Amino acid sequence: MDKYERGERMNLKNLPDDEYFTPGHTACPGCAAPIIVRNMMKILGKDTVIYTPANCLLVFGGTYPYIAWKVPYFHEAFENTGSSISGAARALKKQGKKVTVVGIAGDGGTYDIGIQALSGAAERNEDVIYVCYDNEAYMNTGIQRSGSTPYGAETTTTPAGKKILGKLRHKKDMAEIMRAHDIPYVATASISHIADFLKKVEKMKNIEGFRYFHVLSPCPTGWRYDPSKTVEIARKAVDSGMWTLYEAEYGEITNIYKPKKKIPVEEYIRGQGRFRHMTPEMIEELQRWVDRKWERLYGEKP
Amino acid sequence: MNLKARKMVATGDHAAAYGALLANVDVVAAYPITPQTLIVEDFATFVDDGITDAEFIMVESEHSAMSACIGAAAAGSRTFTATSSQGLALMHEMLPIASGLHLPIVMPVVNRTVAAPIGIWCEYNDIMPQRDSGWIIGFIEDNQEVLDMVLMGYKIAEHHDVLLPFMFGLDAFILSHTVEPVEAPSSDEVMKFLPSYKPIASLDPDKPMAIGTFTPPEYIQEERYQTDKCMRNAKRIIKNVTKEFADVFGRNYHGLIEEYKTDDADVILITLGTVTGTARDVVDELRGRGIKAGLVKLRFFRPFPVEEVRMLIERENIKAIGVYDRSVSYGVGGPLYIEVKNSLYGYDLPIINFLAGIGGRDVVKGDVEKMYKILQDVKDGKTRKDIVWINTRGVKE
Repeated sequence: MDKYERGERMNLKNLPDDEYFTPGHTACPGCAAPIIVRNMMKILGKDTVIYTPANCLLVFGGTYPYIAWKVPYFHEAFENTGSSISGAARALKKQGKKVTVVGIAGDGGTYDIGIQALSGAAERNEDVIYVCYDNEAYMNTGIQRSGSTPYGAETTTTPAGKKILGKLRHKKDMAEIMRAHDIPYVATASISHIADFLKKVEKMKNIEGFRYFHVLSPCPTGWRYDPSKTVEIARKAVDSGMWTLYEAEYGEITNIYKPKKKIPVEEYIRGQGRFRHMTPEMIEELQRWVDRKWERLYGEKP
Repeated sequence: MNLKARKMVATGDHAAAYGALLANVDVVAAYPITPQTLIVEDFATFVDDGITDAEFIMVESEHSAMSACIGAAAAGSRTFTATSSQGLALMHEMLPIASGLHLPIVMPVVNRTVAAPIGIWCEYNDIMPQRDSGWIIGFIEDNQEVLDMVLMGYKIAEHHDVLLPFMFGLDAFILSHTVEPVEAPSSDEVMKFLPSYKPIASLDPDKPMAIGTFTPPEYIQEERYQTDKCMRNAKRIIKNVTKEFADVFGRNYHGLIEEYKTDDADVILITLGTVTGTARDVVDELRGRGIKAGLVKLRFFRPFPVEEVRMLIERENIKAIGVYDRSVSYGVGGPLYIEVKNSLYGYDLPIINFLAGIGGRDVVKGDVEKMYKILQDVKDGKTRKDIVWINTRGVKE
């Protein structure tokens, strides 16, 4: 019987030593995705089936014949994480097997091309976990903008040009869209708040029905920052309000983390090359967006 | 599940749903589209009435239907879906993923026009573009064959020398919504013919493996070779399974093709689908008038019965061949015509393509008679036009 089975609350000290996403994968240095996946898998454990659509994780974790996964893992296509995991989960249920089926998609595969299949699976309340690791652009294809890319950010399809400086639209609030689906569990998390992250994974493992887990995944290659700063940038995202940590059950927010001291968004974007071209007016616009989101989620002005 | 043998009066769609019930499928994932709707409605009734404990996933699109089927089949379950027309087009991306992963999914396709212009009636331009998807592709003549084809489909698809997904076309409305007498075997009899599905690999935490992962050029070509080999093997397995089916259930579908009065025929028409029944009547009438007309029904488009078609010609009585197509490859001719010409490369024999019934227009006996008349004229050297549009406004036949 491991620590988890004894019912101890998960924390860094009693985190299982088991590894189901192993070293030797080929993620970029400083990539947050393997940190997310490795820690999550320690808790989800052996009886897990993983689906990855097209994304960085598919390539760096599973280029044949070098597979980092120690659990069954499959891939079909890009836009169908919600439906692919629905099929696998129903089949395993019919076979009477107790297996957690988990889809791990990027933001492009979640916000954009995959939103239909995701919404359908959530509406049906399929007994699966859907994880979005959100690096705020199509990183695997070379840093193109997605519905998750924040305002002002430079990508290869929103270049900082002579006339237009980066992305003109704000980031879509995907977790809020999922909250509107009236599903058992929605949680947002960050690797900078690892204890909170682990508790959420532990909690959702034991919930039946559709679970949506959304983690911000800083990307040194696409965001253009020093790879040693990944955790620091993730923390600043939370402290600035660019990324908000909460849990929601059946649409109601049951737990929300409020930074002790809210830092200006300027402090978050500093050091990230993707925001380097932003004018003071643009930074103000981004700050206004953060403040609107803050007020909506906390019910008070920042 | 304990279903007694019975005689039903069933639509083609009901025969398909009942076939899936008899095949004891584990997971169904489907999305409604006219004229496939009766299949999903009937199966939903089986589930809600407790006749089957299959998992029915009512997905939000055909793309998701096939994605869920692939997930379920990869997890080791017997899996079923059905679609039509635009729905099949939307699934197109997922079809080679099912075959590339060697998952024996069975799918009736109610053949319907693909837009534009939008139409809901019978045409084969939905299924023909799936030619290179790695799926076995069959065609159906009547509602009895629909039910039987579901059962044979699983038996063929799940055979370890094949392991390919299996689709078959049934004509929109002509079969899907038209009732015919259908004999349904008992579930016990079916179980003897088609035991439970035993996958050779699946998503099993006790035997973890990667399925369908990112693969460099060092390995993909071999997969393609193996799929090609599976499709070639399918010819042998189709023949064996058809024979076995005849032994158990008494209905013989003669493997890949079915011949009608071809032994001494000097002209033959090659058909797919329901037009075969009409053509049979026409052949009988022409025979009564002393015309040596014959008919060949193709039951499979993939694998294509190249050898069988060539063997017809080897008999040397045939002087002209007509090929009936219900869709057109623009600027070339019907897809079946292309295949027949490919099969008969090197033979000096006129092959005439008849395009008729497109967009769901009825093909009546008079239309088929015209085809045979043209074939007679071609045989006698009076005319030679390779592609003939039948009953088309503003076009001379």
